[in-house]
Amino acid sequence: MPSDEPLTAEHVLEFPGGYTRTTGPVIGRFLTELRAGRLVGVRTAEGRVLVPPLEYDPATGEPVTGEYVEVGPAGTVTACAWVPEPLDGHPLDRPFAWALIKLDGADTALVHAVDAGNPKAVAAGTRVWPVWRGERTGHITDISCFAPEVTKIVSPVRSAYTLRAGGALGVFLEGIGRGVFVGGRCGGCGKVYVPYRLSCPECGLRIAERTELPGTGTVTTFAINNLPDPRAPEVPFVSAYILLDGADVPMIALVGGVPAHEVRHGMRVRAVWVPEDERKPSMASVRWFAPTGEPDVELS
Amino acid sequence: MRRVAIVAFAQSEHTDHDTGLAEPELILPVIDAVKAATGLSRFGFTCSGSCDYLAGAPFSFVSALDALGAWPPISESHVEMDGAWALYEAWVRLQHGDVDSALVYGFGKSTPGDPRTLMTLQLDPYYLAPLGLDQVSYAALQASAAGVPRAELDAIVRRSRADGRRNPYALDLPDELAADPVAGPVLACDVAPVTDGAAAVVLAAGDLAAELCERPAYVTGIAHRIEPHYLGLRDLSRSASAADAARAAGVGKGPVEVAELHAQFAHEEPILRRALELPDDTVINPSGGPLAANPVMATGLIRIGEAARRVHDGTARRVVGHAAGGPCLQHNLVTVLEA
Repeated sequence: MPSDEPLTAEHVLEFPGGYTRTTGPVIGRFLTELRAGRLVGVRTAEGRVLVPPLEYDPATGEPVTGEYVEVGPAGTVTACAWVPEPLDGHPLDRPFAWALIKLDGADTALVHAVDAGNPKAVAAGTRVWPVWRGERTGHITDISCFAPEVTKIVSPVRSAYTLRAGGALGVFLEGIGRGVFVGGRCGGCGKVYVPYRLSCPECGLRIAERTELPGTGTVTTFAINNLPDPRAPEVPFVSAYILLDGADVPMIALVGGVPAHEVRHGMRVRAVWVPEDERKPSMASVRWFAPTGEPDVELS
Repeated sequence: MRRVAIVAFAQSEHTDHDTGLAEPELILPVIDAVKAATGLSRFGFTCSGSCDYLAGAPFSFVSALDALGAWPPISESHVEMDGAWALYEAWVRLQHGDVDSALVYGFGKSTPGDPRTLMTLQLDPYYLAPLGLDQVSYAALQASAAGVPRAELDAIVRRSRADGRRNPYALDLPDELAADPVAGPVLACDVAPVTDGAAAVVLAAGDLAAELCERPAYVTGIAHRIEPHYLGLRDLSRSASAADAARAAGVGKGPVEVAELHAQFAHEEPILRRALELPDDTVINPSGGPLAANPVMATGLIRIGEAARRVHDGTARRVVGHAAGGPCLQHNLVTVLEA
């Protein structure tokens, strides 16, 4: 049966193993020096330094001199092109720049790749240095690529501490272990603080009375966090100020059980506790606050 | 110097896809068309331009001879270059004085392969090809060096596409420009489309030109110049070889009404315009140019043919056709044609 589908076939043109090419003395010298980790140019009769070297001066057609000059290793980009999606045959498998690089001491520019990370990190004038391949064979790709000068480093910072909850925090966390939020009422101004504390920050008076607050409250403000935190490994997560019913100041807690973009000021929420047998005197016992479904509260 | 004129020009209706026609089948209609236009069936000399790597078929130009009828044996030559250089060889051949007519053709099917990576094969095998430097990437280095403002490039692409939509032989490309960077600063819309196609020209010398054509387009200047291959040896922001070729061809010796420029990337047009010192009132690429149809190995010949067509139809008296080869406008050919 004749078909509307075109007749097609795959066809590959290939020289298995590749061509063997002789380099001649000039290109051979450059590649030999490259294998040894050095960059050289050749001096022309007029005194210019060609990098990479050629057998003849393109300006005059005269043979170059036998004088090889070490150049670089650093150079200056004179033109560049950013490749957002590298092809299979490219030197790097991540976005990179092609560049014309005038190596220090050279009068011409070398074409190579620059591993710059982002297109803003390379431009005409950028100083770049070669990144050498581990095992070199005498090939232009003995330089894996060039890279901009080092201008910053990353310093890891990590210190470990043991925190002990005595005093008011101990009282509060003991309540969390039982599944309640412990607050305190000031004997002077009458404000209720949660978490529980020993003194009123306004009056300076000792807190007179402990009070246990319900697990319900209202979101007064919130932030959508896009960097993971040990307590909230999934991003985005929402941290919120929650004004517990009966309290005068909000406390910070996670909001969950609702897409981040649906969290709003005035949303009514209720604490979601871990199962009773898993509860400990730790804020980890409160998974998060989830919407109650009640109408939003008008915040003053 | 013998007076030689372009007396006929034909091109295929270029396609952005492989129609499945073999190369001799692609060439046949344009050969037939120039034979019909001139009434000639045999030519003193025949020369073609093509590239075996495009479709991956060795000696494809030999089988292309099937479209000519090469029996009894003909005097024939081939360049592994754009057909514009075949035209140059034919022009030189006609200067010998023993033959008066020449058939020139160029053809290419770019769609079976990937021209962007295929063009890496034309680079020097020691310093450039091993890096996998592809056609758009090296063009982007030139675009970076030239620093043509984006608005100017957009205007060039829009004008080329609008002209191309009016040209029955060119592709119909949309007015909307694909702004995704292929190799920054070159965007997808700056790159000539992948195209299959062919073109043919007949040259005639002496009295024969006026016998075959009502308004022959006389070649009053033709020259080509090349510069070093390695990109780092050149000032990529300009084209010294195009400027030299233009001077040698005498572009500046008179007004230029139309110039067809072989600019395969939008930024190449202002570089060439400057090199050829074309005045502002010269109409550039009224055919749409390579940005509207780029049948590689015929594109340059088509520039000369399109320029000649303006003389043939009486709309212009002095025109310029330009062709380029090699990475970043390394090699340039400039032809001045006059009524």
